[in-house]
Amino acid sequence: MSNPLDDMEKPDVIFCIGTNMTECHPVAATRIKRAIAKGAKLIVADPRQVALAELADIHLPLRVGSDVSLLLAMAHVIARDGLVDEAFLEERTTEGTKFLDHVAEYPPEWAESITGVDAKLIEQAAQWYGAAERGAIYYTLGITEHICGVDNVQSLCNLALVTGNIGREGTGINPMRGQNNIQGAGDCGALPNNYPGFQSVLDPANQAKFAEAYGKEVDLELGPTKVQALDMCGDLIRAMIINGENTVVTDPDREHCEHALKSLDHFVVIDIFLTETAKLADVVLPATAWAETDGVCANTERRVQRLRKAVTPPGEAKPDWWIVSRIAQRMGLEGFTFNSAKEVFNELCGLSPIYAGLDWDRIERGEYLWPVPHKEHKGTPILHRGEFENGRGIFQLIEYRDPAETISPEFPVWLTTGRRLAAYHTRTQTGRSAGIDYLLSEETLEVNPSDVATWGLEDGGWCTLTSPRGSVRVKVESNKRSPPGTVFVSFSFDDVPVNVLTGGGYDPVTHTAELKVCPVRVEPSL
Amino acid sequence: MDRNQYDYEITLDGERVPVTRGETIYEVSERHRKSIPTLCYDPRLEPLGACRLCIVEIEGARNPVASCTTVAQPGMKVTTKSARLEMHRRVLMEMVGSENRDLDVDPLSGYASDEMATLLDRYDARTKRFAGSRSGTSRPDDDNPFILRDYENCISCYRCVRVCAEQEGDYAISMMNRGFETQITTEFEGLLKDSACTFCGQCIQTCPTGALADVKALANKDVPGETEKTRTVCPYCGVGCSVDVMTRDDKVVGILPAMDGPANKGALCVKGQFAFDFVSHPERLAAPLVRGDDGELHETDWDTALDRAATGFAQAAENHGRQSVYGIASGRAPHEAAYMMQRFIRGGFGTNQIDNCSRA
Repeated sequence: MSNPLDDMEKPDVIFCIGTNMTECHPVAATRIKRAIAKGAKLIVADPRQVALAELADIHLPLRVGSDVSLLLAMAHVIARDGLVDEAFLEERTTEGTKFLDHVAEYPPEWAESITGVDAKLIEQAAQWYGAAERGAIYYTLGITEHICGVDNVQSLCNLALVTGNIGREGTGINPMRGQNNIQGAGDCGALPNNYPGFQSVLDPANQAKFAEAYGKEVDLELGPTKVQALDMCGDLIRAMIINGENTVVTDPDREHCEHALKSLDHFVVIDIFLTETAKLADVVLPATAWAETDGVCANTERRVQRLRKAVTPPGEAKPDWWIVSRIAQRMGLEGFTFNSAKEVFNELCGLSPIYAGLDWDRIERGEYLWPVPHKEHKGTPILHRGEFENGRGIFQLIEYRDPAETISPEFPVWLTTGRRLAAYHTRTQTGRSAGIDYLLSEETLEVNPSDVATWGLEDGGWCTLTSPRGSVRVKVESNKRSPPGTVFVSFSFDDVPVNVLTGGGYDPVTHTAELKVCPVRVEPSL
Repeated sequence: MDRNQYDYEITLDGERVPVTRGETIYEVSERHRKSIPTLCYDPRLEPLGACRLCIVEIEGARNPVASCTTVAQPGMKVTTKSARLEMHRRVLMEMVGSENRDLDVDPLSGYASDEMATLLDRYDARTKRFAGSRSGTSRPDDDNPFILRDYENCISCYRCVRVCAEQEGDYAISMMNRGFETQITTEFEGLLKDSACTFCGQCIQTCPTGALADVKALANKDVPGETEKTRTVCPYCGVGCSVDVMTRDDKVVGILPAMDGPANKGALCVKGQFAFDFVSHPERLAAPLVRGDDGELHETDWDTALDRAATGFAQAAENHGRQSVYGIASGRAPHEAAYMMQRFIRGGFGTNQIDNCSRA
């Protein structure tokens, strides 16, 4: 997030797109509700009538995967109606004129033909956001899990730049991170393009710095992403170690994924349960869990906080860092003689400019939001104040393109996937916590009542979903959250392995799968 | 408070104290550790002035006023403690104490659950002087596994109703009837499950009597030993809510939201509040496993497992090149896990064959 969570109560216009926040980030959603109570206007763009949409002043029920066209048209209206922040454009951005010329070609009527949203509603939303004193954008995977995920994010950046809604209190572009330490995994350099602290692996100066620190020169070239690596399994990739991810259930195209992992010569999994993924491994190493492990995490607002051990782990379970460092030692590698989480974290701080001002003891109370470049620094709750890291904000000229797969006579229904409040990911944890089943005991397919009748289904009956990659059987739940022609299911339940169906396409830059769009056929089943 | 930042002064128990415009007498008094008693007050909520325990005397006013709802005005002379105030407070405590079935509650019930019992002791008010009928009808029919609804111990402070509305924005519960007949209920007097309730547990954590209580934590009330609290961060989404993990006898017995948590300020959701017991689930992996010649996974010791893991990576690198080894870090494990994974790949093989699970 460019801005802290505290800022969520400060905008006068909030634009939420592709975020089912009340279910996926419930505590953050309470901030939005309080902002509304204080008088903020809420615009929600989501194909489904999610709870946030029910609270919205304007709901833009766009067709799945049509976000770019909506955002182009909003920029068009902002330019047309004189809502551009000229001073911001002049002082802090480049390519602004080209951008304004570009969006002139995309009026709301054009977007209506793609999104299915009334042009008047698009206009109204753009005018509100454009005229806001403080306009803030919040988004989640509904933006990124598309073949055009990067285009979607850049379209949102364009909107913030053209209205000057960045670098100030109560504004910003704010992705809500989905896992407790997914931000931290990136911060720590578990990325094929960056060393810790987002230092590029292509920069020879960084190469030299880490060669000295690690005693090994690292290639001056990008590694493959996880998605590419799974494609290479059994061929260029022969051995893999996965820590705490139930890859075969969470990732698209399950059959492909299982086949990839089975074709490895050597597969090691570190986890707290024998997950579907761990069952495929040659070696499974038991990790300590939450409440058993001392460590550090970073939340969606870049806040660096301590995790503390409260109970003894079961049996022989060990902290993840211990396990990996001991494998390294067994291989005869130098420099892996760590004995505490504190030692590990402090080494990270010494190598990462954004953590340079932090250490294990300084983050005791969790008040720092990175970057914290030196010991006297108080942290950076709001990014891009005064200046962008690369100087000026650059407008990107984005064109709309269709999802990888679009509906056809054979697969005439849009399937979109997501999460539910009472389940977390593949239920390795929530599914093993008493009482959760009382709230959510099985997965269902959300189908609009008008479609239930048309497709010969029954509320509570069974149906089969079929995509070009496979079929899944699931119970039907008739409700109006999904619009006619679109159905929704979560990926949390192993007996409804929806990722058997997904995987039609990937974003060319991030390789994130288009999990939010998957044309299917829906047929009654016994 | 920085003397340069206040707006004016009032006199509090004979002492001149600085005040910021808009502060209530209660807030000023709290800063000066006056420990004025309250039952309907939660610093996160709009003050209600219902319990009347926080009454103070203001020079020139005929009757005591509720300090939680009275804004401190320039020059006010306030008395927070006097024989008259203490007598009022004692009688009020005797009245609420007489009405309730249980005066002592297990601290596992919730964050604020001992507030009433503490005040009963402070005012020596366990007299049951006004014993008679009790207000509130409990809902044993609500079989939800999280929130106990024991309204016979309710004192109608409305903190639950207010936290649900003001803090959560859910408006799942409200009050029905008035006076002695007041009853906290849901729309159509049904089960919480059939209401707008999201089971975030905030009503439990603000209840000062244990009338609303944490069913999951209370299931551990017979676990021996003192309850210890450890501050950490919720294991679920990326909001990073601070929690205090309650443990007894080396077992996690419940979760309290951290009221001073920088990201959540006391709020939690159903997962963070209630989905904690996976850590002690019998299916937890407790020993390393290696695949045997029979194709099955078998338990082994660390020595064997680490050797097997290390040998496999060394062989892959030797036979197929160092790029043939790939590491995937977790978005669920701490920094140290992700950092060590990338250090292993970069420092061990000199490649960037490393990613985390953020792309799916």
